[in-house]
Amino acid sequence: MTLLAIDDLVVEHRSPGRPIVRAVAGASLAVGPGEVVGLVGESGCGKSTLARAVCGLNPVTEGSITFDGQPVTPLGLRKRKLTGIQMVFQDPYASLNPRRRVGDQIADGLRTSGDTATAPADLLERVGLPRDFAGRHPHEFSGGQRQRIAIARALAARPRLLIGDEPISALDASAQSQVATLMRDLAVDSGAGLLFISHDLSVVRLIADRIAVMYLGKIVEVGNTAEVWANPRHPYTQALLRAIPKPDGLGVLPAELPGDVPDPAHPPRGCRFNPRCPLVMDICRDKEPDFGPVACWLHEPAT
Amino acid sequence: MKWDPLARKGLTGRLPEAWRQPLAVVGGVIAIVWLVVALAAPVLAPHDPLAQDLPRLAAPGPGHWFGTDQLGRDILSRVMHGARVSIPLTLMLVALSVLVGGLLGACAGYFGRWVDETIMRVADLVFAFPTVILAMVVAAALGASLTNAVLAVLVVAWPAYARVTRGLVLGVREREFVLSGRLLGFSAWRSLRVDVLPNVTGPVLVLATLDIGTALLLLSGLSFLGLGAKPPSPEWGAMVASGVEVFDSWWVATFPGLAILTVVLAFNFLGDTLRDALDPRTARAIKERAL
Repeated sequence: MTLLAIDDLVVEHRSPGRPIVRAVAGASLAVGPGEVVGLVGESGCGKSTLARAVCGLNPVTEGSITFDGQPVTPLGLRKRKLTGIQMVFQDPYASLNPRRRVGDQIADGLRTSGDTATAPADLLERVGLPRDFAGRHPHEFSGGQRQRIAIARALAARPRLLIGDEPISALDASAQSQVATLMRDLAVDSGAGLLFISHDLSVVRLIADRIAVMYLGKIVEVGNTAEVWANPRHPYTQALLRAIPKPDGLGVLPAELPGDVPDPAHPPRGCRFNPRCPLVMDICRDKEPDFGPVACWLHEPAT
Repeated sequence: MKWDPLARKGLTGRLPEAWRQPLAVVGGVIAIVWLVVALAAPVLAPHDPLAQDLPRLAAPGPGHWFGTDQLGRDILSRVMHGARVSIPLTLMLVALSVLVGGLLGACAGYFGRWVDETIMRVADLVFAFPTVILAMVVAAALGASLTNAVLAVLVVAWPAYARVTRGLVLGVREREFVLSGRLLGFSAWRSLRVDVLPNVTGPVLVLATLDIGTALLLLSGLSFLGLGAKPPSPEWGAMVASGVEVFDSWWVATFPGLAILTVVLAFNFLGDTLRDALDPRTARAIKERAL
């Protein structure tokens, strides 16, 4: 039973006078109820665009996004009926209204779910903040505290799917894993699915049931977290894992992935990763591997 | 902490320092004096502003410090009572402009598409005319009265607020807290009222304060041209106009003119102070360039 099904999603950014950018170029992903899926990839690979498309904030060019069997409608000027998907954004300084008390903002979420029994202070307690913070304004809080408040507001709406669009990347290292774990626990406790987007594989490993690795608009590898971590199969996933510094005292510097992410307006021919791939073969320069769970010619499923 | 133009520490946090600037003090004192005069003119004024019982065109001196006009009315009393006419009307005018222009601009910025096109093209139309000329045309078309003069200035004043508000709303509407609200099921109106408008009011109010001076100039300008206040009314612009007829008696036109000058000056100083207080970055940049 899937809660969210993303099928061959294509999202294009069009701006006049510039080439069309395919930020998401045919990605498929599913999230089940109570499941935590981590979506990782470098900056600019289309993770955020995918997340925004799931919320209806970016229009879908091709493919489909279904939530609970219903297609996700774009967010227009009409009042949104689909409140089962809530999002926690990246920038904690932009995600709360600076002119309103945080308690009032959490109360908006409670109003959405029609929950009259819970007080905003109860939710603050659940995200690990003192109850009396409800009467304060956002500028009185640190980034980590703001992100907790944003989580409380999103959870107050009782979402069935929570999306975190790099919710920890703007936080101090000490707050990162705390906030990530908190998000996971609260989502799983309430039975909601969680799509957690991050470029930090080591944090995603702590909280995700499954990991999806995205590169230049495509999902190149999906798998069980433990499996992907222990045995990454796509060369890009391997490179990402090698790039994580190890605090083992041996002083081994993390391996660098050569080259930059190509311009998504002009993706390379064949496999999107071929110009940077250490294991590149002839077929990679010619044909795009259009299969899963590992989109790599080295791991072509037997037919 | 990251600098965030929207996360201000409230007006009270920044104003005290700004208020200590000499210009702010001067502006504040003059404005307060004029407000007191406007409120207490019947008590403070030595004469009836309409009574014609003094010698005609008497030079300033004891008994009539600002002199008298060609009908034997005390100019000091008339200037004081003039504050009761000009200042409230100007404030009301600016408030109306902010309301009309702000709401139209906010709708244009938030709803976009044809709403934006319609409102902003009308605003452009108004901008295309010289302000004073258009105000004169409107006032003349409506007929000479103080109310019509206010309406005429309103017609030419709202587009400035519409433009500024629209620009600010365009910036705020894509911010993440606005999107969060929409995802929580806010209607467009609720989103506009709760999330967008409170975050654009600051700069618009600064513009309004800066604009009080201009509005007063325009309003008394219309009266000066005979398109505003009617004769017995002690309106400053009209008084200057009547002083032009008796040019040798300099006091008849000078004192109401000085009244206009000081009020405009005071509100310009206050507007500048408010702007500096709300936007310390711009203020610092200006100061550095001046040094």
